[in-house]
Amino acid sequence: MTPSFAILPKVLLIVAALGLAACKNPDRYGSGADGYGANGAGGAGSGLNGDGVATSGLGDPSNPASVAYFNQTVGDRVLFVVDQSTLSDEGRAVLDGQAGWLTANPDYAIIIEGHADEQGTREYNIALGARRADSVKNYLIAKGIAGSRMQTVSYGKERPIATCSDEACYSQNRRAVTVLSYGAGA
Amino acid sequence: MMNSDKREDRMNRFAPLTRLLALGVLCLAALAGQMQRAEARIELNFNNPVIEPLPFAVPDFIAENNGGKRLATDIARVVAADLSGTGLFREIPAEAFISRVTSFDAAVAYNDWQAINAQALITGAVTASGDKVVVKFRVFDIFSGEQLGEGLQFAGSAKSWRRMAHKVADAVYSRITGEGGYFDSRVVFVAESGPKDARAKRLAVMDYDGANVAYLTDSSAIVLAPRFSPNGDRILFTSYASGFPRIYVMDTASLKTRVLDEQPGAMTFAPRFAPDGQTVVFSLEKDGNADIYAMDINSGGLRQLTNAPSIETAPSFSPDGSQIVFESDRSGSQQIYVMSAAGGEPVRISSGKGKYGTPVWSPRGDLIAFTKISDGRFHIGVFRTDGSDEKLLTSAFLDEGPTWAPNGRVVMFTRESEGDGGSAALYSVDISGRNLKRVTTEGPASDPAWSPLLP
Repeated sequence: MTPSFAILPKVLLIVAALGLAACKNPDRYGSGADGYGANGAGGAGSGLNGDGVATSGLGDPSNPASVAYFNQTVGDRVLFVVDQSTLSDEGRAVLDGQAGWLTANPDYAIIIEGHADEQGTREYNIALGARRADSVKNYLIAKGIAGSRMQTVSYGKERPIATCSDEACYSQNRRAVTVLSYGAGA
Repeated sequence: MMNSDKREDRMNRFAPLTRLLALGVLCLAALAGQMQRAEARIELNFNNPVIEPLPFAVPDFIAENNGGKRLATDIARVVAADLSGTGLFREIPAEAFISRVTSFDAAVAYNDWQAINAQALITGAVTASGDKVVVKFRVFDIFSGEQLGEGLQFAGSAKSWRRMAHKVADAVYSRITGEGGYFDSRVVFVAESGPKDARAKRLAVMDYDGANVAYLTDSSAIVLAPRFSPNGDRILFTSYASGFPRIYVMDTASLKTRVLDEQPGAMTFAPRFAPDGQTVVFSLEKDGNADIYAMDINSGGLRQLTNAPSIETAPSFSPDGSQIVFESDRSGSQQIYVMSAAGGEPVRISSGKGKYGTPVWSPRGDLIAFTKISDGRFHIGVFRTDGSDEKLLTSAFLDEGPTWAPNGRVVMFTRESEGDGGSAALYSVDISGRNLKRVTTEGPASDPAWSPLLP
C-alpha cells in the first residue's frame, strides 16, 4: 500500500460526514455561501486543506469518480428555454452522462435544483423551477436511477449565477443543477 | 429533518421584541365642548381625473406641560408628512402663518387662515408625564368657519408617539375624504443585502412610512413573501431553513416560529390567511406540479382546492372569505382565475395581452391588484373582480407583488432595478395611478405585506 492510499480512508470519512450534513440540510445557499458551488460537495476538498484549491482525491477532475469530474466533464446542469421545462437534445445528452456516472458511483445521492431567470414573478418562478427539477428527475429515473436517490428543490429566481439583465445571463439562469451528496446513495 | 425548537430559540435570541403590534394606544372619550357636527364644505373627490392637493396647516401642537415640548413638534411633523405623503394634501409652511395658535382651546382666527388659503387647520396639544403621553387634536374647515367632527384624544406610552400621530392623521384623512385611513399600520417585508447572486434576506417589520424597523429573522436562510394574519398577531412566510421552500408561521408577540406543515418530498410556498384567521391557503408542489391547498391552522387538516397539471399559485381570499383569486398557467400562460373558497371550477378573469400573476383582493372587495408582464415590461395594475376596467398603475423593468393599504386606496409593491447591480426597493402608488413614490427603508427591500389598520 502506498502512503497516499494510507491517508485516503481518513479523507473519505470526513467527506462522508460533510455529505451527511448536506443531506440533512441541502441548502447550499445558506449561511456562509459566497457564490455558486462554494458550499457544495465540490468545495469539500478546499475545506480540507484550507487554501481554496481542491486537491483531495474527490476533487481531482481527472479522476472519473470525482465530484469535480462530474461537475466539469459530465456536466452538472441543463438549460431551458423561457417559461419551459422541456429538456433539449443537448440537455438529454448531459443527463445521459449523469445517469451513467450515477450508475457507476452508487454511493452518491443527488439533489436537483431548479432555477428560473428574473423575468417572472417570485411564486410562479418557484413553481417553474420545481417543474424543471422534476423534469430532470423523471429523465434520470427513465435512465434507471432510483428515485430514492434523488430530491428536488426549487430556488425560483432567488439564486441566479449570471447577474446581467440580458438573455445572455437569463439563458444561464434557467437551469437545473444536479448536486452530488456522498454517503447517502442507495 | 429540521429541528423547529432549535430554530425558535435562534429567532427569539435574534430579535427579542416583546409586543410588536398592540402597543396599547387608547382612544379615549371625545372631548367636551363645542362638539357640534359640522357639515364640511371642503371635500376631495377621488374620481376627479386631476386632484388639486388640498392646502392644510398644522401648527406645532401645544405642549401642555414641559414633558410634551419635543413631542408637540414631532407629532405635528408626522401628521403633516402622513397627509402630504398621500399626494391629496399640500402643507402650508409655518412661515406663511399669520395667526399663531397659543392655546388648544383658543378661538380659531378663521380670517387669518383663509387669507393664506388654508382649507383645513389641524390643532393639537400634548401632555407627557413619565411614560404616559396624551395627544388631543381638532380639525377645522376654514372656509365654512366650523370645526370638522369632534375633537379626540389618544393616550399611550412614550414610545408609541408616532402611532398617536398616525391616528390623528388617519382621523383627519378620514373626515376630509370620507374614506378610512391607513397611516397607523405596519408593513412586514424582506430586507435584502449582498450581491445579486448571493442575496441575503431576512424578515423585517416597520411602520407604513418606514419608521421603527425591527428584524424578525436573521439571514441564514432565504425567506420570502411574509403575510400578516387578519388581526396582525401572526405572520406567514416561506423559508429555506430546511433546505427546501416551506411555510412557517410566526407569532408576532413572541416571535415563536413553527413550520406550518411537514409534507415529505413537497415544497410549500405562497401562503395567505383567510379572513377567519384560521384557514391558510398556499401552493403545495409535488412531483413538479403546484396546486392550491387550504389548511386549518389549528387542526392541520389539509384540503386540495385545485387539481390540474398546470401551475396554480398565489391564492388570495375575497374579504368575505367566500372566494379565492389565484394565478394559473393552465391556458398556456400565467392568467388570473377566481374560484369558490371550497374549490371547484375556476373562472378566468384576466383577458388582456400578456401574462398576469400575484392577484390580491382589495380589503374593500371591489378590486383585484396584480402584476402584469407584457412586452418585456412589468406593471402593477388593478381591475374589477370580474376582470373588467383594467388599469395599469406602473410600468418598469421589474415591478411585482402588490399589497393593499388597509383602506384599499393605495398599493405597495417591489420594484427591482436592472442589471448586475440591480436591487429591490419598496414603492407605493395610489390606485388612481398618481403619487408613485419610494418607501423609505434602511437598505434594499422586497415582498411588502401591509397590515390591517392597528386597533
